[in-house]
Amino acid sequence: MRGVGRRYAGVTALAAIDLEAHAGEVLAIVGENGAGKSTLLKILSGVVEPSEGTIEVADRAGVLRAVRLDGVRDASRAGIALVHQELNLAENLDLAGSIFLGREPSRFGVLDLRLMRREAAKWLARVGLELDPSTLCEKLPIAHRQLVEIAKALSTEARVLILDEPTSSLSARETERLLAIIDELRAAGVCIIFVSHHLDEVVRIADRVVVLRDGRQTGEFLRGRYDRASIERAMVGRDIARAAPRTSRAGEAVRLVVDSVVGTHHRRKPISFDVRAGEIVGLAGLVGAGRTEVLEAIAGVVRHSGRVTLDGVALEGDTAARVRRGIAIVPEDRARHGLFLENPVSMNMSLAWLDRHSRARLVPTASESSLVAAMVARMQLRPPQPRRRVQTLSGGNQQKTVIGRWMAVDPAVLLLDEPTRGVDIGARAEIHAEVRRLADAGSAVVFASSELEEILMLADRIIVMHEGSIAGEIHAQDATEVAIMRLATGGAPSEGHNA
Amino acid sequence: MKKALGIIGIFAAIFLVASLYGENFLTGINLQQLTNRTALYSILALGASIVIVTGGIDLSIGSVVCLAGISVPWLLVEQEWSPWAVLPTVLAGSAAIGLFHGLLITKLRLQPFLVTLCGLLLYRGIARWMTGDQSQGFQGEFGDVRAIALAKFAIPGIENYRLPATVIPMVVLAVLIGLFLSRTVWGRWLLATGRNESAARYSGVPTARLTTLSYVSCSLLAGFGGMLFIFDIGSAQPSDFGNFYELYAIAAAVLGGCSLRGGEASVIGVIVGAATLQVLRNTITLVGLSSQLEFAVIGAVLLIGVAADELVRRFTSRRLERMGAVAKA
Repeated sequence: MRGVGRRYAGVTALAAIDLEAHAGEVLAIVGENGAGKSTLLKILSGVVEPSEGTIEVADRAGVLRAVRLDGVRDASRAGIALVHQELNLAENLDLAGSIFLGREPSRFGVLDLRLMRREAAKWLARVGLELDPSTLCEKLPIAHRQLVEIAKALSTEARVLILDEPTSSLSARETERLLAIIDELRAAGVCIIFVSHHLDEVVRIADRVVVLRDGRQTGEFLRGRYDRASIERAMVGRDIARAAPRTSRAGEAVRLVVDSVVGTHHRRKPISFDVRAGEIVGLAGLVGAGRTEVLEAIAGVVRHSGRVTLDGVALEGDTAARVRRGIAIVPEDRARHGLFLENPVSMNMSLAWLDRHSRARLVPTASESSLVAAMVARMQLRPPQPRRRVQTLSGGNQQKTVIGRWMAVDPAVLLLDEPTRGVDIGARAEIHAEVRRLADAGSAVVFASSELEEILMLADRIIVMHEGSIAGEIHAQDATEVAIMRLATGGAPSEGHNA
Repeated sequence: MKKALGIIGIFAAIFLVASLYGENFLTGINLQQLTNRTALYSILALGASIVIVTGGIDLSIGSVVCLAGISVPWLLVEQEWSPWAVLPTVLAGSAAIGLFHGLLITKLRLQPFLVTLCGLLLYRGIARWMTGDQSQGFQGEFGDVRAIALAKFAIPGIENYRLPATVIPMVVLAVLIGLFLSRTVWGRWLLATGRNESAARYSGVPTARLTTLSYVSCSLLAGFGGMLFIFDIGSAQPSDFGNFYELYAIAAAVLGGCSLRGGEASVIGVIVGAATLQVLRNTITLVGLSSQLEFAVIGAVLLIGVAADELVRRFTSRRLERMGAVAKA
């Protein structure tokens, strides 16, 4: 790319970027949300046209040619394939069908299912999935769907493969596998552009790292000549204060008791644990270990057997009843379960608060707007515009909106499922700070995260789950990534930390 | 209000055409008739819009109009009940029908389309069986009760046009529903449920109760509308009374800016939508088009209205997207 830029309505989203990526190279692009990564990817995949500059792509003979990417098909013809952050598989199709969606092999207009399945199996094997191509996509766990997406991109014989946050929904083990696959592809001469928030992965896999900030390139680092801190500095323009591991201020009083709880529709083992006032409990485990089910059972989103007690009184009924008792849940999938995307920030943030602050069930318009203004400031929403539609916010700000909804009611128990998935470093730190502040004020917090780093950073006590039951419990000061992973993968607990 | 602008424009255009080309359109008696019909259909459309706001649909409105409407003269004349017993019974029965729908939809998780489609057949059948498929009327009696719908009020300074009494319940209901949706917590919850049912549930909104409430309101308004219709026309056949009324109601709601995806409504839009359909029907007759074309013309206008709405929505969302990109930059 030479001098490629893009302006929206006079505002520069991406300013004259020069970028080179080579065959057999892994180029990582990092930056906070809003740094211009999405715009860059949209340009490369033909979704938007650049306002200025040119893009050249090598053809099969290796000669660089200027290309005009107008639409995804153009990009695909030029050998560029993008794997989106959001998963775009049609759930009702089988694997072969989704991999070949839009370019199904056919004979006389009739689908050549055998060829399709054979080819699909080949590409699936390439990403390490030994699955029957006639499996329905909806049956796959999220992590596998991500790999199917990559298989789909590879099947277009792409020479440039762009991965947008490919690991955001993967567990540590699956991330390992993905990184190994990327290694293989690199060896096979594919040019890989890797966009990620996870600097650990970036540092491990990238040959070169380009940092974007505010639509400009603020740093370029070659393998072996950088460390995390210098990348972070280039990303945010300042040093990030590493949050010191939390000193727990958990009180003695037990607030939340989970006693032999198991979701009615989940064939799992009963789960029991309790959480004290001011304590933050982290649920660690691989994708599918049953963490989400536990949180949803506590919140009454799914029916469950066993007992959940809050401050000594049993929690019963549906989510509405439990929310009134002071339970709050931040779901994993914020677009589907958390937000009213077409509505403004204000409506999204005041929803839970309204129930407690209306007189005669009338919306108190004036105090509602002052509440929303206060929450927008407290959650450090950017831009701080309560009337903006949530749809137009970045992932981090969307997540702050969901969490702000609950902070407004000072919940007794806050449950968070993957609280910072797809959220940039700056916003993540702000979200963590808010969660800590809530706990310090005496609430009980339980969160589930696939990221060990987040578990270690935020939790006072870590409960590790494996295949639907509790594999062990570790106190934050004793916890290491290795110890957690051993439990999460079904290994024997290391001596001494087992509860 | 912004959502209603489109339909107000369409209404104005059709009204203008009717005034220019329709003989007798601007006469007092014709406008009085139009006001009356608009009021009656608006009551049904308001009910439909409450259900549509939740992302649901009610296809049984016409049959509830028939069953409730027919029951009034049947109970009064054939069963010789007192009017004081009949009106509450019919309204309670209508609400019970809505409760039945709501429970099937929220507890058994049946699709609203199917539940109310079965309702459409069920209540029509019951009405015909109950009355032996015989026309039911007031036999020239009960003038005092029928006055609820038939009374007309003179407006000082205007001749040849008197305000139909049916306008009163329409205005009262419109104001109540408008305030309910925009100013109460329940209204906020109802809109939230329609926008994203699952997010509403995770936020502690009692979505099942609200959805049930919306079907109760819809059937209650259909039953109330049915009563006013029968008071207005005096007698009706159980086999055709109320036929297609659900479609007029849904069409008015959609023209008025209610998205069938839920989460959006404009009370003013719904009423102007109902008025538009009535003026359109009236115009077809007045300009000498064959009345057999009525459904075709209404269908075409509805299609144009909805397509225009979608195009506008896409245009604005693209603009929003650009603004969003600016915000991220």
